Amino acid sequence: MEHKLLDKIEVPHDRFEIRLSGSGGQGMILGSVILAEAIGVDYSKNVVQTQSYGPEARGGASKADVVVSTNEIYYPKAMQLDMLLCMTQESMDRYYADLHKDGVLIVDSGLVKNVPTETYYALPFTKIAREEAGHVMVANVVALGAIAAFTGIVSKEDLIDAVLKRAPRGTEEKNRTAVEIGYAEAMKVKKDPSRRAED
Amino acid sequence: MVDTQRTLLLGNLAAVEGAIYAGMRFYAGYPITPSTEVAEGCSRELPKIGGRFIQMEDEISSIGAVVGASVSGMKAMTATSGPGFSLMQENIGYAYITETPCVVINVQRGGPSTGLPTKVSQSDTMQARWGPHGDYTAIVVAPSTVGDTVTETIRAFNLSERFRTPVVILMDEIIGHQRELISLPKPGEHQVINRVKATVPPEEFQPFRLTANGVSPMAAYGEGYRTISTGLTHDPMGFTTNEPKEIKVKLDKLRNKIMDFRSEITKLRVEMMDDAEIAFVSYGSVSRAVLLAVALARSAGVKVGLVQLYTVWPFPDNKLRDYCQKCQKIIVPELNMGQIVHEIRRVMPPDTEIHSLQRYDGEILTPMQILEKLEEVM
Amino acid sequence: MATVEKTKSVEKQKSDVVLNYFRPRKKLPSVWCAGCGNGIVMSALIRAIDKLGYSKDEVAMVSGIGCTSRMPIYLDFSALHTTHGRALAFATGIKFAKPHMKVIVITGDGDCLAIGGNHFIHACRRNIDITAILINNHIYGMTGGQGSPTTPSGSISTTTPYGNVEKNFDPCKLAEAAGASFVARGTVYHTPQLEKAITKALDHNGFSLVEVISNCHTYYGRLNRRGDAVSMLNAFKENSVTTAKAKKLSPEEMEGKFLIGTLHEDDRTEFCDEYQKVVDAHMGEK
Repeated sequence: MEHKLLDKIEVPHDRFEIRLSGSGGQGMILGSVILAEAIGVDYSKNVVQTQSYGPEARGGASKADVVVSTNEIYYPKAMQLDMLLCMTQESMDRYYADLHKDGVLIVDSGLVKNVPTETYYALPFTKIAREEAGHVMVANVVALGAIAAFTGIVSKEDLIDAVLKRAPRGTEEKNRTAVEIGYAEAMKVKKDPSRRAED
Repeated sequence: MVDTQRTLLLGNLAAVEGAIYAGMRFYAGYPITPSTEVAEGCSRELPKIGGRFIQMEDEISSIGAVVGASVSGMKAMTATSGPGFSLMQENIGYAYITETPCVVINVQRGGPSTGLPTKVSQSDTMQARWGPHGDYTAIVVAPSTVGDTVTETIRAFNLSERFRTPVVILMDEIIGHQRELISLPKPGEHQVINRVKATVPPEEFQPFRLTANGVSPMAAYGEGYRTISTGLTHDPMGFTTNEPKEIKVKLDKLRNKIMDFRSEITKLRVEMMDDAEIAFVSYGSVSRAVLLAVALARSAGVKVGLVQLYTVWPFPDNKLRDYCQKCQKIIVPELNMGQIVHEIRRVMPPDTEIHSLQRYDGEILTPMQILEKLEEVM
Repeated sequence: MATVEKTKSVEKQKSDVVLNYFRPRKKLPSVWCAGCGNGIVMSALIRAIDKLGYSKDEVAMVSGIGCTSRMPIYLDFSALHTTHGRALAFATGIKFAKPHMKVIVITGDGDCLAIGGNHFIHACRRNIDITAILINNHIYGMTGGQGSPTTPSGSISTTTPYGNVEKNFDPCKLAEAAGASFVARGTVYHTPQLEKAITKALDHNGFSLVEVISNCHTYYGRLNRRGDAVSMLNAFKENSVTTAKAKKLSPEEMEGKFLIGTLHEDDRTEFCDEYQKVVDAHMGEK
């Protein structure tokens, strides 16, 4: 069918759409809230955060989206992702189709084995959290550090501030370390993409 | 100067912020998805400001306790969804006939019955207007963003206090469960309206006296007036009546006190309507998809605009006719099987082409779906 | 808590005391049938309030639907005549909003125990300081004699024309089990004792229930051949046993009788008091 109107329409790229996906318990929703707050420190940016609720959000695939724009954000939901984080194979399989062809794909290389593209970043977030940051629970925060490095959507300092605001008392250092390691590891990968397959 | 008030706020908690700003100090409710965060927020915040939160045994008693608190002089609120809103209808009707100010938030989900607890819908639009049995006129407002939710909740309380009537806030799962960075209003930024209190000596006081604007001053319990409120149809003293003349006076009062001030109650957002040939009319979360669709269509040279209803009821007959008078076509996107579209058909001249765009599978209409509909009717 | 002023009682126990509490400008007669027990309960309640020295402004009277529920309209207190069964829910809102008010719920067996049963057990559970006066006439009177949750098994009503096959509630046991901290039963025959029970209930801090066994000779009496109001009151006299006397009776001797007097009393914490502690602990927090 010929679309007289739709063919003429170009969606202006004034939005940056991020999705954090994984399974329940991996902290994707909290991660998205922290990311939204960190980005929001820049008052020129508007931010909307949404998430999947209900049975869909329990156990199986869990997702949370952050839409960023310097303009008023009309439509609150993600339409074509500019960045997708996948912390499980299931979320990879489920949400890859929502990623823009030029979008950034970031996966936990310890947990995601089949990636349907050659262009992506991989780091073993969960393994890094367990072995280097002190606890597997901060895998989401390691991933946030990596997102800051890979996308530049937020500075490392603003991210650390936002993480510390949400961190339970006594876990501040662990969380700070998690951001630092995630950020540093991602910068290495970014400079030398051949490293990405290593676990 | 950096605005330090900007916070990432959940839609449901924005309702709590707005309500507290407006002076709400009493919340009674029963938890139900997707409205539960309103109750949770109130349970956290109200003790800090000397307010009161109570989790009741069901939605029927929740709105009952809210009315009890309001006749005692407090600004009171409840929030619910789906089946809970159905359960509340009996005592919302009681609030209409006893002219008791209160606010009921309905964070809409899919139905009928238990339906879709975690999915968005706008299928309570008609229930919000016609839910309780009998004749009365309803005020219903509908925010579309987290920021709107704060201001519309303040407005709902103001309308409720000014007109001595319950006001329903129609939210939905998307608004309730999204977080946005917003600046909370500062004290004094918005007007806060309080009910007109009784001033005449108790022996002269008539709690339901017909006044020039239809709204009777109100006396709180425990302040010397010892009034009656009854769900039975009553005369200006509050005494029950079966007299046809008195019955008509009472029911006319319930309608006229609102309809005589309709133009002040209705509120619309009008975007790009000056030269629009095709208009979208929408309300609630779907308006945001329409806004993007309108912006995109405009960039492709289509003369299209949006009229967004912040007040859904009473329906803004005249304002809508005025804004849409040059439009041959109107598209009405709703997350239901077509509800408010009937009002638009009623209001617009018969030669206007009116198209209902419906989605009722638990998902929001996307900008692309709205553009597809636009292309189809162009 | 107000204390009982005994000196006042003798002087004021005349009918003019009752007349002092009628709502000005309200046209009587009431909707109640001649001989109805509701008037007796109303008098006992007024005398109790008068004895306790409550001001009219500090009393809120809340009711639902039914014959009993018209009572607040006749009396000179703040009155909330609400929907069927929901009086306790509305009353909870008033009490919680204005804890210094004396909130009294007037209800019947159908209103309180059928459609309002859930609100009843939860008001008991919270132990909120409301006094519920449940006038139990074992039938729906206002709507013409239908069966209620206290209609005895085997009894006739317009909806149990062949005899009631259901079991009936004991509202006092229900209230105690649900957590009410004061429970008493009286009858419309034993008016001084009733006044005393209501006085104690009003003076108690916590949820209090006074069940009043009353007569609906118009429907219950007629359908079940119990005679007129006087015969029914006499039956209440014969079939009731005080808690003190009951201790001396064997189960066989108690057969077919019911207890009157204070059936339960404890000093569990009251809901509004407990919430106030939460407010005091968190007031002013960010």
